[in-house]
Amino acid sequence: MTDAVQPQVIPSWRRLYDGKVIPVATVLIALLILWLAGAVYMNSPQLIDQYKRGNVEWTFGKLVRDSWSMERPILPAPQQIVVELDKTVLDKKITSKRSLVYHAWVTLSSTLLGFAFGTILGILLAVGIVHIQTLDRSLMPWIIASQTVPILAIAPMIIVVLGNIGLTGLVPKALISMYLCFFPITIGMVKGLRSPDVLQLDLMKTYSASAAQVFWKLRIPASIPFLFTSLKVAIAISLVGAIVAELPTGAIEGLGARLLAGSYYGQTIQIWSALTVASLLGMLLVWAVALSEKLVLSRMGGQAA
Amino acid sequence: MSEASSKAVIEIENLDLVFQTADTPVHALADIDLTVNAGDFVSFIGPSGCGKTTLMRVIADLEKPTGGHISVNGMTPEEARQKRAYGYVFQAPALYPWRTVEKNIRLPLEIMGLSGDEQKARAARNLAMVNLEGFEKKFPWQLSGGMQQRVSIARALSVEPDLLLMDEPFGALDEITRDHLNEQLLNLWDTTKKTVIFVTHSIPEAVFLSSKIVVMSPRPGKIIDIIESSLPRVRNLDIRETPEFLEISHRVREGLRSGHSYDD
Repeated sequence: MTDAVQPQVIPSWRRLYDGKVIPVATVLIALLILWLAGAVYMNSPQLIDQYKRGNVEWTFGKLVRDSWSMERPILPAPQQIVVELDKTVLDKKITSKRSLVYHAWVTLSSTLLGFAFGTILGILLAVGIVHIQTLDRSLMPWIIASQTVPILAIAPMIIVVLGNIGLTGLVPKALISMYLCFFPITIGMVKGLRSPDVLQLDLMKTYSASAAQVFWKLRIPASIPFLFTSLKVAIAISLVGAIVAELPTGAIEGLGARLLAGSYYGQTIQIWSALTVASLLGMLLVWAVALSEKLVLSRMGGQAA
Repeated sequence: MSEASSKAVIEIENLDLVFQTADTPVHALADIDLTVNAGDFVSFIGPSGCGKTTLMRVIADLEKPTGGHISVNGMTPEEARQKRAYGYVFQAPALYPWRTVEKNIRLPLEIMGLSGDEQKARAARNLAMVNLEGFEKKFPWQLSGGMQQRVSIARALSVEPDLLLMDEPFGALDEITRDHLNEQLLNLWDTTKKTVIFVTHSIPEAVFLSSKIVVMSPRPGKIIDIIESSLPRVRNLDIRETPEFLEISHRVREGLRSGHSYDD
């Protein structure tokens, strides 16, 4: 009765074996093999055509090598993307318009600004919905309806309208990110702010606590695990929002603009390297949120949602 | 019934409480008359659904009666609650999982606006009272169920109320732990001279702890018998073997039987 529960110590080799490293690596290798085979499959008709017209003798080995090193392949091989990334990430100055780091930075800044807007809006809406019954009934249907609008279709109009009233550059893109990412935060926070049970609320009542004290000392701390779960979703779709906002608006900067330019000129390798950078950026952002979640929750006794 | 010197803390006359549910109204409490004096240890005993918890929640202003009169410290229950006249211990510890043991105890003190030093001193004092020194920095999940419930008692005591309301606080604990905490509670009651109201469905627990036992029966919740205990104020667990103890237990059991508590 007097001994406290001690966390168990697990050796690191055991964690590697039980953990995710080996399964994830296996899937990664399988995907790479599929990808390389897919590149041969998709690019070879074009190559065979060329061989025929040029009367070139070809073997299967030559076909494979050529399909992995075309200038404008339908599906580039992974190593071509690595070479392209090496050129556009490491070789260029990061302020250069040709550097993917520069474009990633442009997209990242509107992602983060939109994420901040969306988090603030999402939390404010949730607080209103939880505390004011009228808002619960009047706002909730609109919030759900807002997410049924195809954002790709209205993004150009938002940009044009905002451009007309003098808002250009970062803010309109951030607003589109905000539009996408406030939703999971509102939903998660409403759930979190309502998560305290009757007993925890009764306890506050016996202390004759004010509404503000119940909010700050009970509802907010109880909602933190829910908030972080939502933030992880929100940051990922905030990035999607930022890229989508760069696609239809004739933007010349950002990963979305690189994707669009690549598709104009049939630069598949450029498209794929922009996609790779976008994926890495997304992973980095989710990881950063997950890390702060870990830090915050461990200070709050290690509770989970 | 009461000594001339003792002051009535709680006075209840003709109290009624009807819950309006979706299909039929439920008569939770009917015709309750009860006086609790300062320094009493009063137990409410009865089967599930007899309204013992509801009666305590009415005293705590967590439920509103639909008829009759009730006063707590001469005020309405709402005024008494706003003046923080009581400490309430729930069936479950209801600790906030994101707060350490010490922070949990300081929660009501923060709400009352006490200074940091005072909060710290009271937390330390009341943790010592329930034998949990050294556990200040632990989180609730690191403690056993019995220790968590002791923290919740320390939290209720830290408000320094004259009235302690305890709703089956040891119901979920094993018998050995329960006996131990019962002894500690009696000791605490004897040294602090607080008024305690204690809800239980265990006859030995009620008889062992109480100076006054209120026997209740269900449908509608009403008081069957009020037994003034003849046992001395200071007791230990051995008292449960004495004839007086068995006699009082017998009277409680008779009361429960006459209230048809054993019918179904």
